[in-house]
Amino acid sequence: MTNRLFCSALMVIHCFNPFSVATPADDAIDEGILLLGNGSEPHSLDPHINSSMNGHHVIVSLIEGLIAPHPTDDSLPHPGMAYKWEHENNTVWTFHLRDAKWTNGDPVTAHDFVYGFKRILSPRLGSQYSEMLYSMKNAKEYNEGAITDFSQVGAEALDKLTLRVTLKEPVPYFYNIVKHNSWFPVHPETVEKYGAIDDPANNWIREEYVSNGPFKLKNWQMNQIIEVEKNPSYWNADQVKLNGIKFYPIVSENTEDQMFNSGALHYSYTIPTDMIPVYQERNDPTVKIEPFLGVYYYSLNTKVPPLDNPKVRHALSYAVNRNTIVRRITKGGQLPAGNFTPPGISGYEPESIASFNPKKARELIAEAGFPNGEGFPKLTLLFNTLESHKAIAEAIQQMWKSILGIDVEIRNQEWKVFVNTRHEGNFEIARNGWIGDYMYPDTFLRILQSDSGQNDAQYSNPEYDRLIAKSFSETDAQKRLDLLAEAEAIMLNDMPIIPIYHYVRTYRIDPRVKGWNPTPLDVRNFTNVYFE
Amino acid sequence: MLRFILIRLGQAIPILLAIYTITFFMVRAAPGGPFSQERKVAPHILEQQMEYYGFNDPLPVQFFRTLWQHVTFEFPPLTSYPGLTSRDIIVDTFPVSLELGLLAMIVALAIGLPIGILAAAKKNSTLDYAPMSLAMVGICLPTFVIGPLLALVFGVWLGWLNISGWFSFSDRILPAFTLGLFYAAYIARLTRGGMLETLNMDYIRSARAKGAPEFKVVIVHALRGGIMPVVSFFGPALAGLISGSFVVETIFQVPGLGRHFIQAALSRDHSLILSTVLFYAALIIVANMIVDIVQILLNPKLRYQ
Repeated sequence: MTNRLFCSALMVIHCFNPFSVATPADDAIDEGILLLGNGSEPHSLDPHINSSMNGHHVIVSLIEGLIAPHPTDDSLPHPGMAYKWEHENNTVWTFHLRDAKWTNGDPVTAHDFVYGFKRILSPRLGSQYSEMLYSMKNAKEYNEGAITDFSQVGAEALDKLTLRVTLKEPVPYFYNIVKHNSWFPVHPETVEKYGAIDDPANNWIREEYVSNGPFKLKNWQMNQIIEVEKNPSYWNADQVKLNGIKFYPIVSENTEDQMFNSGALHYSYTIPTDMIPVYQERNDPTVKIEPFLGVYYYSLNTKVPPLDNPKVRHALSYAVNRNTIVRRITKGGQLPAGNFTPPGISGYEPESIASFNPKKARELIAEAGFPNGEGFPKLTLLFNTLESHKAIAEAIQQMWKSILGIDVEIRNQEWKVFVNTRHEGNFEIARNGWIGDYMYPDTFLRILQSDSGQNDAQYSNPEYDRLIAKSFSETDAQKRLDLLAEAEAIMLNDMPIIPIYHYVRTYRIDPRVKGWNPTPLDVRNFTNVYFE
Repeated sequence: MLRFILIRLGQAIPILLAIYTITFFMVRAAPGGPFSQERKVAPHILEQQMEYYGFNDPLPVQFFRTLWQHVTFEFPPLTSYPGLTSRDIIVDTFPVSLELGLLAMIVALAIGLPIGILAAAKKNSTLDYAPMSLAMVGICLPTFVIGPLLALVFGVWLGWLNISGWFSFSDRILPAFTLGLFYAAYIARLTRGGMLETLNMDYIRSARAKGAPEFKVVIVHALRGGIMPVVSFFGPALAGLISGSFVVETIFQVPGLGRHFIQAALSRDHSLILSTVLFYAALIIVANMIVDIVQILLNPKLRYQ
């Protein structure tokens, strides 16, 4: 009785209090402004320096590259600064630029793109994403300092509006690669005004953010807000329906969730894990779960016995019940992974090889010389400190104990320490995750090649490397994908890594936001987004 | 008094130097560096970064160069936010933390002092037990529980205030209360303790004997001595409040210095770590000095110590 009275009192106060009439989300819709939760403060808004996803989302609204994100399909190109392009043998690509303008009125030229490539490949800039450009002829050599004359690199401005890029080998999906912000142009005179082309501390982004995209930078207060407003000089400005976007760098998931609940946001970047089942039970229409191009897996150090024995590795993989993990522990609608590359790349059909098979697991561990786990050394499972990683590790530790009879110690390390440990190979089993940069399987398969710097498992199979290399000289698109699928099957038959689940994006979005078009890469430049 | 201030400022210099030295070596001893991240950095890029930020120079060179940079306020570029220096960050965020800290202190004093005084004056009655129990709860409940609860009640259910942000004046209310309630609880208990001790003294008995009204006895005569524990607590508490509570800043998305203080360590940003640690240290030294001056002003007997 008192409880109901109390709740009614609260409702009365809520309705009649002078402080809130319409929510911020309502007011923003009237103004045509999208309110977004954007995770943490971006590393940088410089397209050549930024290494964070949060920064990527903002940069793509401000700057447009040769090819723009496609409204609905991440594997298709969409005209950006280039309205037309052609290629010779997938190796020499010619882009024809439209008459577009920077926000300061200068025309966007092919030279701006060449300048941008030179900047990100400059060794002194120290860009973490310079290797995105390595498909270009001599790009790697210039970035490593082996050559110092940029005119030898395969990027040339044939004239003001024609750009020719020469690759070192055929890349049929090159139009997808140039969608990434590492290939974006910058306005050369503005950059040079505030420092050298390759000065990492060049602060042009805060002094004068000259851009060419659907929006321009209005206000940037660190850890507070990044405000962008519609750019009237954008070539497609009459198709842009929003008047502006406010990106809120909210770190606390719970705070962001409450902000959405109180009507302060149209879109929340994540949903707190414990709230996902609650909202799903209520059939909350604002909750969305969409596939995301990423994979959660454990790296096995193939140089450390007994993990150097493929039977042991397979036994470990067969003993993992991925369905249980996804349904009972992560509870976010993730997809149990039978292979490495996530689904969504059309035409790519890899074999599902990793599965839950306790009988086979026991057989293999016995064949490897450890029947019922006897004599199996105590290995350590390493992960970076986070409750969700710990929950998964504990579950798998238990699965391995009950099915294989082996003892595995689980240990967590702080992020920087963990990353170092993993890269240095000082681990036996380590948690890992990888997010694809573009819609093609090799963005995943490459990291397990013998010469890859990301190959923490230290896996090396010449046949695997050979098949991947062969796929690049294959002219038929489907045959190419089939070769890569074959390579992935070879790798999974060696099981240097244990795939666990494929990522999903869990977020909440106001039903009045239209044209959001979720895609596996989760990149959009907001041209197609509008309110209803 | 001037001599006192000068002596204390003189003592501050070796203290800050010691803190600088310890921090300098601790930061380098920690595993993981500013350039460790998920995607392994190519060796030649790592080499360029190390060269640019001066990490390849011999250790004594780095030590004195960084020291000189802090003395002259000419800070080097940061590794975690390319394009910014420690000065940019401190100048932008310290005023926010200062405002939050002062508001929280006002909240703490406005709630804690009256409760403590009342509890001491009405010792062993309901007016004593009830607030003191509440104070105990306030001390035990961490800010990351009180904060979201207040946000839920006032932000979501009642819709009176914004959940997060630092834009309008009403945005200050929830963070200031969350931070202040914790200190209010402490101040209530300290005030009660100090007042009880003072109220037992002879001169209070004399005042009562002379017929002074109880209100005057408590507020005019006893308070001055009774709040001494609060004043001593004030120094370190103020510095802690001002340098920013990491938790409150994270919950309410306040763009303050506290977050950078912690984030710098997590990012292994050497320059930012040193700058924020030294800044915090200097703040505590100044705050303690002011507290000592206030104590002397309140209790003339201390002047001779």
